[in-house]
Amino acid sequence: MLGPNGAGKSTTMRLLTAQALADEGTIDVLGYRLPRESKQARMSMGVVPQQDNLDIELTCRQILGVFARLYRVPRSERQAAVARALAIANLEPRADTIVRELSGGMRRRLLVARGLIHEPQLVLLDEPTVGLDPQVRQELWSLIDGLRIEGVTVLMSTHYIEEAERLADTVAVMSAGRIIAQGTPAELVGAHAGSEVLEVYGPPAELAELESLATRRGWRHRRSGPAVALLGAEELDGEAPDGVRRPANLEDAFVALTGQEIE
Amino acid sequence: MSTAPGPRRMHRLEPAALAGVMTRDVVLFRRYWKATTFSSIVQPVIYLLAFGLGFGSILKHFGHVKYIEYVATGVVATAVLFSSAFPGMFNTFIRWQFQRTYDALLAAPVDVEELITAEILWISIRAGVYGLAPLIVGIAFGLPPALGMLLVPFIGFVTGFGFAAFGVVVAAVAKTIDNFNYVTSAVLTPMFLVAGTFFPISTLPPTLRAIAHFNPLYHCVALVRDVSLGTIAPVDLVHTAVLTVFAIAMWRLAIWRLGKRLID
Repeated sequence: MLGPNGAGKSTTMRLLTAQALADEGTIDVLGYRLPRESKQARMSMGVVPQQDNLDIELTCRQILGVFARLYRVPRSERQAAVARALAIANLEPRADTIVRELSGGMRRRLLVARGLIHEPQLVLLDEPTVGLDPQVRQELWSLIDGLRIEGVTVLMSTHYIEEAERLADTVAVMSAGRIIAQGTPAELVGAHAGSEVLEVYGPPAELAELESLATRRGWRHRRSGPAVALLGAEELDGEAPDGVRRPANLEDAFVALTGQEIE
Repeated sequence: MSTAPGPRRMHRLEPAALAGVMTRDVVLFRRYWKATTFSSIVQPVIYLLAFGLGFGSILKHFGHVKYIEYVATGVVATAVLFSSAFPGMFNTFIRWQFQRTYDALLAAPVDVEELITAEILWISIRAGVYGLAPLIVGIAFGLPPALGMLLVPFIGFVTGFGFAAFGVVVAAVAKTIDNFNYVTSAVLTPMFLVAGTFFPISTLPPTLRAIAHFNPLYHCVALVRDVSLGTIAPVDLVHTAVLTVFAIAMWRLAIWRLGKRLID
């Protein structure tokens, strides 16, 4: 789920765990009807919230142990489940450290490990990399990619286009509570931004002129920082101004779809 | 659609869910037990010593009961009240609003009803045990040990269940944690003073006496005193019934009020 803040991504996540109830319509998760069978659905789901809600006074091992119980992991398998989750999150050396003393990246990995303690079929990741530095984000990406390779279904929300482009098999673009387009990143780019983009740089007055020209000629375009980007540039035979040609990307498609620039 | 491939059916109030939530409480308690135990025991013991020894030097007896025996059995209810209503209010508010623990627990296969029940259950077990502290101190000051005192943790548990749930209700309706001050000064303080703890409610003017009969703590005080001093009478069935009804009513109210705020 790719969308700007306020698009309804977190609300969707809360609806799927029945922590919010829908005013109308029905929701089925893994064949369970919500909210009646929400407990069964949550049993097969792992949830990684956007907001850190770890018990700061407990150690990694204690937190994972508590959640192993909550997810009804049988007593004989609990220790192994905790060890496995610690390994996934690369937290073995910190197993007995209390959360308060962990770095932000470690806490985020522990949140992921907590959601995976019972080997769920479906994992909900709500903006898992928001506010993380680039290196920690990379670590988390490889962790998420690892899940995908194992065959776990991952539903992730993000407002980072790069993240959706790299990790998602299917992207649903959300805006104002609705899915406005859905497909593989390549399909979305092809359908909404063409194959090439022409970026024209220049002084503001020239750019404004180019924008009005583009509007008159019906060229798809957008302001992209210090440049004006013309989408579907491969179709502008010869009439296009000078500029830098580059392959279209998901950001172009996203802006074309939502009319919004995001980071 | 309802032929879901579930591992098994799940019910309301599953022991596994209650145990899971309480495990967290126990793990946390292992970190905090000293501070929690200190505050739950010391305050009632101070009342016991101040009133029992202070007042007791002027006032030797109420009827045929020695004043120290009267206060030691009465303060059990105070200990139970303090160790259930306050955690009910503060723990609930902090875990729900500040630490967002309840959000994390409700994303697991735990229902609102199970979460709140487990939290109240844990507080009331603790309160039942802490209720013994004034008796033990009382025994050191001349309260004769009695077999009936073994019932005190159970009375403390039922009373504590009601007051822990009352605390959850307060947390659910409070806008900020400062609002708790209104409850502490306007509800809890008069409640523990006018419960027959330090003086019999029969000394009160008739209106106030009638009101005191609606105070659950009064029934806890009377019941604890009767089982501890061997003065069990048919009226104790009424006390037990009042405490049980109070506990169940507050429990359901807590689930309803907090449930409304936990689920959007």
